[in-house]
Amino acid sequence: MINFEYARASDVADAVRQIAGDPGAKFIAGGTNLIDLMKEDVERPSRLIDISRLPLNKVEETADGGVRIGALVPNSDLAYHPLIEQRYPMLGSAILAGASQQLRNMASTGGNLLQRTRCYYFYDTATPCNKREPGSGCSAINGLNRMHAILGTSEACIATHPSDMCVALAALDAKVQVIGPAGERTISFADFHRLPWDTPQRDTNLEPNELITAVELPAQGFRTNYTYLKIRDRLSYAFALVSVAAALELEGARIKEARVALGGVAHKPWRDALAEGALRGQEANPANFRRAAHMLLRDAKGFAHNTFKIDLARRAIVRALTQAARGTPQSQSNKKIR
Amino acid sequence: MARARTVARPTIPAPEKTSIVLVVNGAERPLKVAPWTTLLDALRDYLDLTGTKKGCDHGQCGACTVLVDGRRINSCLTLAVTKDGAHVTTIEGLAKDGTLHPLQQAFIDHDAFQCGYCTPGQICSAVGLIAEGKAKTVDEIRELMSGNICRCGAYPNIVAAIEQAMGQS
Ligand SMILES: Cc1cc2nc3c(=O)[nH]c(=O)nc-3n(C[C@H](O)[C@H](O)[C@H](O)COP(=O)(O)OP(=O)(O)OC[C@H]3O[C@@H](n4cnc5c(N)ncnc54)[C@H](O)[C@@H]3O)c2cc1C
Ligand code: SF4
Ligand code: FES
Ligand code: FES
Repeated sequence: MINFEYARASDVADAVRQIAGDPGAKFIAGGTNLIDLMKEDVERPSRLIDISRLPLNKVEETADGGVRIGALVPNSDLAYHPLIEQRYPMLGSAILAGASQQLRNMASTGGNLLQRTRCYYFYDTATPCNKREPGSGCSAINGLNRMHAILGTSEACIATHPSDMCVALAALDAKVQVIGPAGERTISFADFHRLPWDTPQRDTNLEPNELITAVELPAQGFRTNYTYLKIRDRLSYAFALVSVAAALELEGARIKEARVALGGVAHKPWRDALAEGALRGQEANPANFRRAAHMLLRDAKGFAHNTFKIDLARRAIVRALTQAARGTPQSQSNKKIR
Repeated sequence: MARARTVARPTIPAPEKTSIVLVVNGAERPLKVAPWTTLLDALRDYLDLTGTKKGCDHGQCGACTVLVDGRRINSCLTLAVTKDGAHVTTIEGLAKDGTLHPLQQAFIDHDAFQCGYCTPGQICSAVGLIAEGKAKTVDEIRELMSGNICRCGAYPNIVAAIEQAMGQS
């Protein structure tokens, strides 16, 4: 870790003022991603602005029937919050599928959105990586790429976004509220994370001088027909190879509304309007689920070690939609996939 | 092919150390720490509380688990300055008046370790687990203890020890 300075933000306005005044500075919330990357010399901030004591730690109902989650609400508190357990159980399930309870106690809602890829080369400063050092090349494209993306990749970067929570937030059509020197703005979840294109150094559309203040959920929570299915190399405490957040609104046997978001396969949680649209109005049955799965993966492209993900993702989607339709969501403690 | 890269680093002079106070195992401990001193290093190197172990130093093993304001966290990914004023409980603070904490006793009763390196973290993590009150089944204990790796593979006995202590609490 390099030397750096430390300052605590006294309030939201002070945090924005401090970050605007120092281009080398970074916010620190739970620190679970930033400190890790600083120890690896991947992140080298000149100053840390501690936002962990700012009063952005409430989960509250909004006027339009949704829920507003403060950026500093710890992942564990959010997963177990009564409003989330009762109305957005898919979100709680996705959070509990990630990391460990110690890490979830530390990790914040805002920090989870901004966690960086787990690509080995991104972590290894001895190797070229366009995300870490623009223009240096991508070591993964012709290197070890078992964990890498199969959708939306570019020649510059094939990294995945590692968050579980974000996959559920994408499926739920969440919105991200941010504040910067120019004032407040709201970013839809679909527009928050970016594809790598030729600028993989930018993970999101948040400006470096903006602070996330909250994540807002719309009223529809899919509390009855949902699942979060995470496939990984060991049963717990491992990042997803493929994960699926699936949510259905059913009218009898027919699908009125469908949401499918994929984790572990792209630079951002992956949704596909065409595939979701094709499910709407159809019967909730295996044939239609398979059709949607094929549609979601139609542009998938594997690399030397990860083509298995294409089939794995298709099967995980079918299984997840089946779990959602039956109202039998994946348990995050009994790992048997039913 | 991979090639060594040298990256220009900003040179920042070592800032003044910051004065903080941690309440460690019930006692106020004033400290002067650099911004980059982790809570783990502060406990081990500055306060000589070497019960808390450093395994991976990256949040991946749980050996460094302590309780901060009653919640289990990884002290290796926590900067000490950020916890100014907090109450920290380490393995050294669990026994009371010479009597082992029920979890310490349960780990002995069930032979829940071999080398013992992961044990302080396991026990502090289990104290947090019981306080959270979310684990009701063996599956749930296993899942909510998954942040603590045991290289010796003492898992079945660790789970049995935690079950015993849960039954008592
Ligand atoms: C061993 C290990 C295993 C893990 N496993 C999983 C897993 O299986 N699934 C999963 O989803 N995650 C996993 N994680 C990642 C974990 O969820 C993230 O590290 C965590 O959510 C980050 O939150 P934080 O508050 O600690 O962020 P920090 O480390 O504090 O910050 C991360 C980044 O966000 C910025 N930032 C933080 N808050 C704000 C804000 N409000 N506004 C603007 N910028 C902000 C910081 O400047 C920094 O750049 C794992 C982590 C570890 C160490
Ligand atoms: S995949 Fe992206 S993060 Fe990984 S080496 Fe290539 S450019 Fe870097
Ligand atoms: S030393 Fe902290 S988790 Fe391994
Ligand atoms: S007892 Fe040796 S690592 Fe757990």
